Amino acid sequence: MAENNRAVLQLKEKYAASIIDVVEFRGEVTVTVRKDAIIDILSFLKQSLQYNLLTDLTAVDYMGKKEDRFMMVYLLYSISNKDRLRIKTSVSEADCHIPSATQVWRTANWLEREVFDLFGIVFDNHPDLRRILMTDDWEGHPLRKDYPLQGPDREPYKGRLS
Amino acid sequence: MGVENPLGENIITTSLDALVNWSRKSSIWPMTFGLACCAIEMMATGASHNDLDRFGIIFRASPRQSDCIIIAGTVTKKMLPVIKTVYEQMPEPKWVIAMGACACSGGIFDTYSVVQGIDEALPVDVYIPGCPPRPEALLFGLMKLQDKIMKDKNSFGSAIGLGERIASAA
Repeated sequence: MAENNRAVLQLKEKYAASIIDVVEFRGEVTVTVRKDAIIDILSFLKQSLQYNLLTDLTAVDYMGKKEDRFMMVYLLYSISNKDRLRIKTSVSEADCHIPSATQVWRTANWLEREVFDLFGIVFDNHPDLRRILMTDDWEGHPLRKDYPLQGPDREPYKGRLS
Repeated sequence: MGVENPLGENIITTSLDALVNWSRKSSIWPMTFGLACCAIEMMATGASHNDLDRFGIIFRASPRQSDCIIIAGTVTKKMLPVIKTVYEQMPEPKWVIAMGACACSGGIFDTYSVVQGIDEALPVDVYIPGCPPRPEALLFGLMKLQDKIMKDKNSFGSAIGLGERIASAA
């Protein structure tokens, strides 16, 4: 159970005020935390609990479904302990900033560039925050739910005419 | 024609245009340039089973040595400037084959990042439908291009600096 997870126990002890939610689903533990403590928690997980591999870093757009529009997702793996942990934190559209995780895992560099490119979330203290997939002169962030699928310069598809 | 024929069957008469067109259509050198799954079929067409070499079609690794570019796959907006540069580096005369649904019309990728048909940027001579087209389809498209090349007018004149080559519509 999630309550007995080694990371959850330690996090609840140390960062009780910053933990919003703990969920276990089919053996996968997800901890939702506050944005202002994210780097402290990620550093603690890496330094003290050996979550030394950042498997993936991505974001979800919950436009119109949640109060805070974006959710950052960090998928961690501990090579020595062979267990996984998912950390989530919400980012609002009005304050679309989050501290960069590059100081914790260097692999966050390109992953954060991808999230910046496709969702428009700005990572503070990122060493090289440029677009990585779209062209440099691209306008908008294509994975946002309000981005038109066929691009802003085209008539949207309205279904088959025949 | 009642003319003495001392050389027997070893001589033919033709026009200079036809000679130039025949040499061009018999040695179409396409640019080695693949973009997606169509490129796999293009490679299969060039390999021994279908053997493009027997048509004088030999893939070249440089646009400077190429006569033809086969747009084999999905053209993204990010790739388009690269394709334009490669096309501009090819010497005249040059031809473009749009291979597959994506190169013809964008195919299933009706999205913000994909060019909806390479004919938005390059003058396409032959469209090959299919997703991806079989090697036979690509071969047929190349043979259609050969037919088109044979219909060119003033090929010899334009080659020696007299006027422009007049390409046929189809």
